[in-house]
Amino acid sequence: MTFSAEKTNMIEFRDVHKYYGDYHALRGINATIKAGEFFSLLGPSGCGKTTLLRTIAGFEDISSGAVLIDGKDMANVPANIRPTNMVFQSYAIFPHLTVEENVGFGLRKDPRSKDEKARAVAEALEMVGLKGYGKRAAHALSGGQRQRVALARALILKPKVLLLDEPLSALDKKMREQMQVELIKLQRQVGITFILVTHDQEEALVMSDRIAVMFEGQIAQLADPETLYRRPASKKVADFIGTMNFLPAQVISDSGATVEIDAAGFGRMSLSPDQVMRGDSEGGPTIGLRPETLTILFDGQTASDREVFGTVEEVVYYGDMTYYDVSLPGAPEPMRLSMRNVPGRPVLDRGAQARLGWSPGAVVLFR
Amino acid sequence: MKNPSLKLYAVAYLIFLYAPIALLPLFAFNDSKVIAFPLAGFTTNWFAEMWADQQLFKAFGNSLLIAVCASLLATTLGIFAARASTRYKFPGKAGILGLIMLPMVLPEMIVSMALLVVLIAIGVPLSIFTIILGHVLICTPFAVAILTSAFQSLDRSLEEAAYDLGETAASTFRLIILPLVMPGIISSLLICFTISLDEFIIAYFLGGNQTVLSVYIFGQFRFPAKVPAVMALGFVLVCISICLLTIAEYFRRRGIARTGGKDTGGFL
Repeated sequence: MTFSAEKTNMIEFRDVHKYYGDYHALRGINATIKAGEFFSLLGPSGCGKTTLLRTIAGFEDISSGAVLIDGKDMANVPANIRPTNMVFQSYAIFPHLTVEENVGFGLRKDPRSKDEKARAVAEALEMVGLKGYGKRAAHALSGGQRQRVALARALILKPKVLLLDEPLSALDKKMREQMQVELIKLQRQVGITFILVTHDQEEALVMSDRIAVMFEGQIAQLADPETLYRRPASKKVADFIGTMNFLPAQVISDSGATVEIDAAGFGRMSLSPDQVMRGDSEGGPTIGLRPETLTILFDGQTASDREVFGTVEEVVYYGDMTYYDVSLPGAPEPMRLSMRNVPGRPVLDRGAQARLGWSPGAVVLFR
Repeated sequence: MKNPSLKLYAVAYLIFLYAPIALLPLFAFNDSKVIAFPLAGFTTNWFAEMWADQQLFKAFGNSLLIAVCASLLATTLGIFAARASTRYKFPGKAGILGLIMLPMVLPEMIVSMALLVVLIAIGVPLSIFTIILGHVLICTPFAVAILTSAFQSLDRSLEEAAYDLGETAASTFRLIILPLVMPGIISSLLICFTISLDEFIIAYFLGGNQTVLSVYIFGQFRFPAKVPAVMALGFVLVCISICLLTIAEYFRRRGIARTGGKDTGGFL
């Protein structure tokens, strides 16, 4: 399935607020989610991401604002008639029913004949890779299988939006990675809007078309994975998604078109406007560099852009990768950088002198 | 259990607990009007005598009717209370639940006296119905206690899932919640039935001229000649109890196996 440019809005949040007593759980959410999109709500626990998801499902009333699904205001529309279905964190498989009965549960009031419903159930089970499991008792399934049953049960109703509340958090790492890929494929196959809640930034980056990063009941940044990673809107977002090195900097000139700065350890550089994140001035102007944008240069290698010298403070060997902490003269903190281990390339020892290659194009400035 | 004296204590304890019950069949089949050793010989006359006792059957029928009604009513009320206490927040919740549970620790004598005074004052004639009322009062706390734990172990997202899949609150209750708390409901029915069946004070106070089994049995002990027949009756009751418990345990285990839960042992 390919997406045309003029995708319609499937979900619209208009200044959504939610209070639990005195606690302000959602603080003015404004966002749109497009039809057919794989969208993630990412944030630490307690940031309101699950609450926001549940306002779509209709399990939470909102205190003010509006939630629209496919253009319709969902105020006073109860959960059982909203065009959404949910995959719960605990899967919520009905333990006293068989797999078939679970998957077909939502078809109870469907006017179709028994045979047609049975066919729909079989198709749904095949779609999630559980062909032939229909007669099994649901409680006897493994975690991954329950997950699939929950998916089939939700998708059989052909909802406009599928809501996934941390669906992979209970699975082990291998299973989780496998399910991530399967979910992406499934989403492309059915073309339904998927909204995923997760606290796992890697999961969000891998799976999503777009991600909303949430902190304390607000959306801190809404962007596609690459923008989110390369151009985080604030230090907090940068820190939550992957690792970022922060260094203090001085702004020399800011013409709007280019920003001249002098950063500790790296010296003077000029940045283009898209590298400058305004509105995060706490602690003064700060530059951010991802670990993989710094490269150790070995004998004979030359920097593609600029070079800087430092001392290796710490070496962490990960097999495929090695992480180094390198201190730069004039920089208050050592820089974390990651190098892929390739045959013939030595791993530096602590205390070694390192020549680092870097590029101003990889720098973001928070001011 | 390394210590042999502990083992001895455990055995002595079990003998103390169950030996008197073992005496029931012994004297129920003993061919003597006197309840004493040595045994005189085998007879089934006492069962025949029991069987011929019309009053006994009347009392037994009354008890059965009361126990069935009281356990059904108390369990139904218990379902509402347990549901409310585990799912909803409302003002005065702790106080209301406390008042519901209070009869569990209140001396039955006080409950019976108070009920008797009130019933007479408002002019309700004493009958089987008034006994049922009293028994519902003392059974409900047990029902609430058992059912609350059953409702508590229910994952809330199961309800939300059913609701999400298009069911109403009522059909969710019928299709999901009820089947999953059924082992708890059966336990509750059983406990309430047992409590009601052998309850004495309320039945004695509020029964008017209606006799129930416990009161009847107690009355029979005044006539030494009737005691062996009471023994026979006791033996029959023990057998019925064992059957009931076995059936209830069977259903409980089946319920747990069907839902894949962990058996925590004991039907409570």
